[in-house]
This record gives sequence, structure tokens and C-alpha cells, in this order.
Amino acid sequence: MSSNFHPFVLPFTIGTLALFSVLILKYNKWISKFDRQQKKLIRRNLFTGKLIPAVWEMINEGLFHKKVSRYNRRLGYMHRSIALGWFLLISVGFVETVFHFQGRGHAPWIGVFFRFFVRDNQTLSAWIFAQIMDLLLLYILSGVTMAVFKSIFSKTVGMRKTTRLKLFDTSLRYSLWSIFPLRLLSESATAALADNGGFLTQSLGNLMGERFAGVVELPLWTLYSIALGLFLCLLPFSRFSHIFTELMLIYFRKMGLREREKPTGFTRFELSACSRCGICIDNCPLDSELNITDIQPVYLIRDIRNRMPHRNATENCLMCNRCESDCPVGIQISEIRRQERDKKKLDTHDNYGYIEDVQSFNAIGRVIYFGGCMSHLTPGITESMKKIFDTVGQKYWMMDEERTICCGRPLLQQGFFNQAAELRRKNTQLIMESRSKTLVTSCPICYQSFRKEYNLPIKVVHHTEYIVTMLRLGKLRLNRSELRLAYHDPCELGRGCGIYDEPREVLSALGQLLKLEQEYKNSLCCGYNLGNTVLELDQQLKVRDASLRNLTDSHPDVIATACPLCKKAFQHSTTQPIKDVAELVVENLR
Amino acid sequence: MADFGFSISKPQSIDTNDMDVGRLQALEAKVPSFKRCINCGACTATCSAGQFGGFNIRRIHNLYRWDQRKGLEKELQQCMLCGKCTLVCPRGVNLRYLIIRLRKALADNK
Repeated sequence: MSSNFHPFVLPFTIGTLALFSVLILKYNKWISKFDRQQKKLIRRNLFTGKLIPAVWEMINEGLFHKKVSRYNRRLGYMHRSIALGWFLLISVGFVETVFHFQGRGHAPWIGVFFRFFVRDNQTLSAWIFAQIMDLLLLYILSGVTMAVFKSIFSKTVGMRKTTRLKLFDTSLRYSLWSIFPLRLLSESATAALADNGGFLTQSLGNLMGERFAGVVELPLWTLYSIALGLFLCLLPFSRFSHIFTELMLIYFRKMGLREREKPTGFTRFELSACSRCGICIDNCPLDSELNITDIQPVYLIRDIRNRMPHRNATENCLMCNRCESDCPVGIQISEIRRQERDKKKLDTHDNYGYIEDVQSFNAIGRVIYFGGCMSHLTPGITESMKKIFDTVGQKYWMMDEERTICCGRPLLQQGFFNQAAELRRKNTQLIMESRSKTLVTSCPICYQSFRKEYNLPIKVVHHTEYIVTMLRLGKLRLNRSELRLAYHDPCELGRGCGIYDEPREVLSALGQLLKLEQEYKNSLCCGYNLGNTVLELDQQLKVRDASLRNLTDSHPDVIATACPLCKKAFQHSTTQPIKDVAELVVENLR
Repeated sequence: MADFGFSISKPQSIDTNDMDVGRLQALEAKVPSFKRCINCGACTATCSAGQFGGFNIRRIHNLYRWDQRKGLEKELQQCMLCGKCTLVCPRGVNLRYLIIRLRKALADNK
């Protein structure tokens, strides 16, 4: 038999071939399902400078797992040790092989089973390579040990819960875990016979003894190859497909691809990039407050991928986006959920004949003020904004003073795409005909809609942004007092539009802003988010109470928020007054 | 006649023998809070679509209660789903979900 081949390499070789053929087939199919705009973006950006930042991010995320580490250092170490460790093991193994053969031909699997095939190698460089390889193996094994512990006691790596896996995933996980101990044992056995091991494998080999090693060497290498082959074969059909898909996804994102209203090939990439790490479970208020444990993104994505029924998981979600903000892969889960909510037959055309006769207003030189449906239930906010406009001497046109045409986002969030578009069309017409240059809105839901879904050529600001600008210009002057303020970040304004600092700047100008345990992107939803229709009132109240506890822990005098819906949710549920930023500004005008 | 935006309803009688109670029960099973409705009309009073005249959500769910489904499907499509009705409901009826389920039920059982 040639010293380059032994039948035990077959499972590994077949596995590798299967892996790459399946991946290429799958990716091909998905790319062909990109929509026209996405294909255009790829054509335009494929061979531009976008590749460099993409590769940088691939290294940071695919190997170093920076985002996971930022979320939780122990969890980051676990992922990094396996990903980076394995990558280095393969690369160093490759270098070692090339170095050894010095350009002479060798079979491609030699690098993986190097110690078995290259036995009589007693040079200094071989010894150094052996030490490095052992160090890397030890690094990986430390990660695998953590992973085993995590699966039993999730708290050891700092997670509240761990993902519940199906049988297929569990068995594949065992095959991944077994790869590295098997490699250790088989290299040790060879080391016992050929004295070519490093500090770890040689010591273990010496412990085994030559006679025992002689018996187990071949079975161990065979098992190692089978474990590898099995893992590689099944990888594209399992959650481990994220290893390769995430890299593709990073490149696509750098080229500007995003989720669309309807699912595309890009969605398939996103679904396949989910590693089921379970960070979204820990972040979900439905899990922590209501013990609803089957709707989290990780389960929704799994069910969509496996074509399992998922109506309940699709519908029962607050769309607060707390999961998405910490997703290490950055999957646009709310967009995917919305695509799944597509109401199809129910999503009818030409429903809103009654809005057609609403007339626009000549608002040249004025700002448009759009209170939004919700502000009509909290008139304090609209009154305050009017007062603020009067104070700074800004003329305005309140677009929805008497009759409100909804911005369309509530419909969109529930999967009524055509109906939402109908409302957007009319609102756009009214805004454009008014010929105003600025739109101020009090409701973060409308704000997000106008900013992201409307494509308006004019400036869209939330009222907190407007107030900050006026403060900076000195047109508004506030009395600062010792008022203790707790600020609640509304989901749609904070995580939705990235407006965190403006409301805080306003509040700091009139009182003392308290630090909360959960704030900024970790802020807790008030429970009333329009993204959910399924929750009953008592459930919403439980979510609200959790959010409220976080706000009242620091004993504020006033709870401030910047969303009429959040205000409505908190009102009358605590002794502290709940006030919008605009209301507080008006109360403290100098 | 002058258009007041509303008119006096014509008298109508409902033959309860023809009523399919199952439909209402199925809806109540999906939206349990609907049972708590006391027909106060707060939903209609606050309704964004109702401000334009013509759309009356209280009337719609009332008619469905009595299995009077004619024309309701088309009528319900006018809802903008903004959710003010749900927020003002003194009985905590989940009206947004009720509307979606109603639309589905009406589309399914033509």
C-alpha cells in the first residue's frame, strides 16, 4: 500500500466532497432566487473595494466571534476556541504538510492525518510543529469542554437558558464534540509508536504504552475519520451551516443587500446563518415574563428552515427587536417574521376609498406636524408640541389634527403589505403637495415608518430631535432642577431608529437623568408594542410590569418616555407620573 | 334629505333558528377576551377610520355576534389596524386580533 493512502481516509474525503458540492448547489439555488434589486447590487459591488471590509468582518466574526464576546465573554471564548482553533489547526496542518514535502506531490488528506502518514520525522522543525499542533488541539478541547458543560448547565457560560435542540442537531453536535478527543487519542496512539507527538499527545501516548497503542491506533484513526466525515456530510443540512453561510452573508451585507418585503434568496442565506446560539432566548421578554418558550427567533428560524408549521411562532411576538440587537450574526429577524406574517388573501386592494377626499394644505415655510394615531389618546403630547412650536416661533401644519390617516406601519407589521402601501401612497401625496421641507412626528411608530418605509425627499424628525435642535440653537431655554428622571427607551425609537441620545440630552437639560439597569438597546418593551396582536391584556401587563420595575428601581420622581404608546401603557400603573419628553419641556420652559 | 353622516337604522328581525352559533364560538375560542365585551362603543368612538364616517367596528362585531355576515367582509377591510380601539377598551378586549380573526373567518366561510 502506498504510504499516501489508507482506506480509513475515505469517510473524511467523501464527507469533504459532499460538503462542498451541497454547499455550492444550495448557494447557487439561493443566489438565483435573489430579486432584481439585489442582483443589481451584487453586479455593481462584486468586484469593488467592498471585499476588504467584508473579509475583515469575516475574520472578526467568523473566527474571533467579536460580537458574541461583547455579549458574553465566556460564551465568546467557547465559540472562538472552536472556530479559530479549528481554523488554525487546519492551516498550520497545511503549512506543516507543505513544509514537509517541500513541493513534492502529496494527497490532499495528508494534512488532516499528518501524524499517521509521516512517522519518521525527527527534525527540529517537526518537533516545533508538533508542539504548536498540540497547543491548538488543547485550545479547541478547552472550548469543547465548555460546550459540553453549557449543554448541561447553561449558567456556566453565563446564559439563562440554552436552545432546545432536535435529535438531528443533538447527534450532529456529539459528532462535532467527538472529533477533537478522537484526534487527540489517535495522534497519541501514533506518538506512542512513532515518537512524533507534541507535549500533549506524546505524554498521553507514553501513558498508553506501545502494545496498547498498536491495537487501538487504526480503529481510532478510523473513528476520527468517520466522525469528521459524518459531521462534514451533514453540516449543510444542520445549524452548523452557519459556519460557511455567515461568511457569504457578511459579504452580501457589505454589498448592501437587505431583507425585502417578500422572502428572497437572501432570506435563505439569513436563515441558514443562524447558529442557534440562543442569545435571542435570553433577550426575549415573552420568555422571561410569560414563559412562552417556543416563539423565539431561534425556533422560528428552525421551523421555517425545516418547513415545519410555525403560525404561532410567527404571530406571537412583540417585535420589540431586543433579540435582533444582540444577534451575533445580525439576522434581520423582524423582517423575516413579517414576511412570514404575509396575510396573502386577506391583504386586499382598494380598501380606503374614504381617505381620498382628504385635502393637503399649502405648508410652504411651515413644518408638518404628524401626531399619529396614538398621540390622539395622549393629547398632552400634541398640546405640548404645539406650545413648543409657538414658543420657538415655528409655524406648523398639524396633518392629522382632525382626521388621522394611519402611517401604515401597524398594517405592515401584521403582513398587510398592500393595505399599508395604500395608506403610504395617500400620506405621501399629502406631504408632497404641502411642499413643506420638514416633517415632525411624535410617535416613534410613525417616525420609523416615515423614515424607512416612505422614501420621502424631505427631512423627517422625531419631536425629541426637533427639541434638541431648538435647545442647541438657544430658541428653547429650560429651567434645570433636581428632578430625578428615569427615561424609558421606546423600542421603535431606540432599537428601531437609533435615537437614544437626543431624548437624554433634553432630559439632562432639565433634571437629573438616572442610570437604569436595562437601557439603551437593552431597554425592555412596555408590552403594548403594536407588533403583537395575539397577547391578551393580562399578558401585556406582565411584560409592562417588568419594564416598569426596571424604571422604578432607582426611585425616580418622574418616568419619562418619548412614545405615546409607552406612555399610555405605563399610565396609572405606578405612583410616579409618566410624562413625554415634550410635556416635560413645556413644564420647565424658562 | 340632508346628509347627517348617519341615519336611523331600518328595523330588522333576526331569525335565531337560522343562526350558526358555532361561528361565534369559534371566534371566541380564538379571542377569549371578546366574551367580555359590553358593547359600550368606546372602540367606535376612538376609531381612526370611524372619524371619516361609515366605519363602525361596534356595529360590525355586533352583527357578527348575530351571524349577520352580509357585507361585513368588505366593510372590515376599511380598518387601518392602528390599535386605538384596543387601547381604550374598558374591558380589555383584544380588538386588533378580533378584527384579524374576523376577517379571516369571513374570508374562509363565504
